[in-house]
Amino acid sequence: MRPYSDKQNVQKKPYYSDRYFVAPQIPKEAVEGDAVFAQDLAVLQSKFEIKEAYIQRGQLVVYIDARDNVALLQTLKDECAYNILSEHSAIDWLAKSNEFELFYQLLSTSKRKRLRVKCFIHEKEVLQSVYGVYKSADWAEREMYDMFGIVISGHPYMKRLLMPDDWFGYPLLKTYPLHGDEAARWYEIDKIFGKEYRDIIGPEERDSARVDENDTYRFARLGHEVPFGAEPSREKTFHDYQEEGGVTIVKSLKKSESKIVKERP
Amino acid sequence: MQKVNRLKPFFENIAFEREDNHMIVNFGPQHPSAHGQLRLILELDGEKVSKATPDIGYLHRGMEKMAENMIYNEFLPTTDRMDYIAATSNNYGFALAVETLIGLEVPRRAKVIRMLLLELNRITSHLFWLATHALDVGAMTIFLYAFREREYALDLIEDYCGARLTHSSVRIGGVPLDLPKGWLEKLNAYVNRLPYDIEDYEGLLDQNRIWKMRLEGVGIVTPEQAQSWGCSGPMLRGSGIAWDIRKEEPYELYDEVEFDVPVSTTCDSYGRYKLHMEEMRQSIRILKQLMPMYDETAPEIIAHAPQYVSAPKEQIMTQNYSLMQHFVLVTQGMRPPVGEVYVPTESPKGELGFYINSQGDPYPYRLKLRAPSFFHTALLQEMLVGEYLADVVAIIGNANIVFGEIDR
Repeated sequence: MRPYSDKQNVQKKPYYSDRYFVAPQIPKEAVEGDAVFAQDLAVLQSKFEIKEAYIQRGQLVVYIDARDNVALLQTLKDECAYNILSEHSAIDWLAKSNEFELFYQLLSTSKRKRLRVKCFIHEKEVLQSVYGVYKSADWAEREMYDMFGIVISGHPYMKRLLMPDDWFGYPLLKTYPLHGDEAARWYEIDKIFGKEYRDIIGPEERDSARVDENDTYRFARLGHEVPFGAEPSREKTFHDYQEEGGVTIVKSLKKSESKIVKERP
Repeated sequence: MQKVNRLKPFFENIAFEREDNHMIVNFGPQHPSAHGQLRLILELDGEKVSKATPDIGYLHRGMEKMAENMIYNEFLPTTDRMDYIAATSNNYGFALAVETLIGLEVPRRAKVIRMLLLELNRITSHLFWLATHALDVGAMTIFLYAFREREYALDLIEDYCGARLTHSSVRIGGVPLDLPKGWLEKLNAYVNRLPYDIEDYEGLLDQNRIWKMRLEGVGIVTPEQAQSWGCSGPMLRGSGIAWDIRKEEPYELYDEVEFDVPVSTTCDSYGRYKLHMEEMRQSIRILKQLMPMYDETAPEIIAHAPQYVSAPKEQIMTQNYSLMQHFVLVTQGMRPPVGEVYVPTESPKGELGFYINSQGDPYPYRLKLRAPSFFHTALLQEMLVGEYLADVVAIIGNANIVFGEIDR
């Protein structure tokens, strides 16, 4: 029987895990410990529903409702002086809870503080674009759509950014294999030569470390060598060490004619 | 074999049509002045750009996906391929992010060596920027001079780690090697000479009529634009906002060295050129302060944290237990605590950030690379509108974008 493999998460897994190992947690500190963050949080709490808030490694993390994202970021920009959106992307939790976790990484240059706004959306849920608040969300949102298939409404140009326009699948999902799926193997063949050449050329080999035992043009099998390009064979090849033309004094060694002595003669 | 038309996928069938004075021009992706694989679709009204659509992804290798399938130490050499003009700054950004994730304190000597390499990388990156930017604009001489000086800096880096392009010269928890004998003397000779070279470049360019005409008032980025588009580094400081992560959120020993953060209020390409020259001088200043600091440090170069970091090489080769730890860390990888961090560093191009979400596994659950050039390229959509076609190359060159980190 073939071993079971998890189709929901095809990422590499550790081959060994200590079942008694419990990973420690990075401590979450109370927001009250930092006066600036406490003030920011008070502003947000007066207007929006804040699900959770804590400080981790010096940055405030705030969990909000995904429908509040535009208004909340606008508040942070206007009232709390968070003037730069450094980064915005998603984390795939589809296998666990059928959700994406989104984060907006904000920076306030006047307060020297960094804040992370986080929210969850369901798989097919449409998110409002924050392009109107921070323009750096333009490409960040496009990349997120490209990589996760999260659809953003209100974005001026919702199109794939890094992958080709006609690419099939979303590469950063946990269900997407590292070397690409079936569509990826045929993408360039179909594109350049056409579908009718699939049989002639074969699929694109996307694992750069793969060794094809039957390919005698590019690979040699030690102990089973055949001439360049010939059919691979299962028969063992036997090599004697032999210098071209022989070496003076030294007798060439033939393993078949040699014998092993028990004692020193 | 090939059918002629098959080589034209539909999205490349762009109309090179002309209506009135309106024309669409395709710039790149193999244009020598595109600084990598940038494709720009420019709509021209006469000679002025009325719309610019940057198209990226020609160098996309899926580094974030790769990171999710690698143990932390395996991923470090991959970060070299992001901003390949200053590879150590990427290695360092990643190492610092992982160290913050696991809460690791790095020995002082490792900090000094890292800072030496980082500032040296900043100088090579800025020299490379100056050389290629000047070449784009038409100043051929500068290219040769700046590349000569960059070569000396690369020699120093090669002496340290053996590589010129992809350094991998930082490890999680410290650095792999101590400085070789006589390295600091060579560095001293280099930093004593470099200010005169920078003066030479400025002598060639500062008052050069063509240089000024091509750069002054070209590529204006207002402070509002810079903040809204998420600019960082020289692009942000070139718009009059004094924000340098080394100064504002100091990491390593940047709070112990003295340096200024140059700011330009002209918001144009010429201001950013002056800014880069001044930044090189500040890097030299930092390097000069670091050299005496090195001698005062204890010889440890890698943190002692057997759970996360392998012991130094000598110890692995002599101590059985260290070898066992090393074996486990190489085959299984370390398991950082559960949690997430976003760690920004000031790379030569701007804010290089690593967001890591760890679930306690040897593989990061999610790793997001925040590359400064990515956001600077997005800004081209707004920056190029209203500029002349001839200035497009000058603006792209001035923005200091590197495609390794845009496409990742």
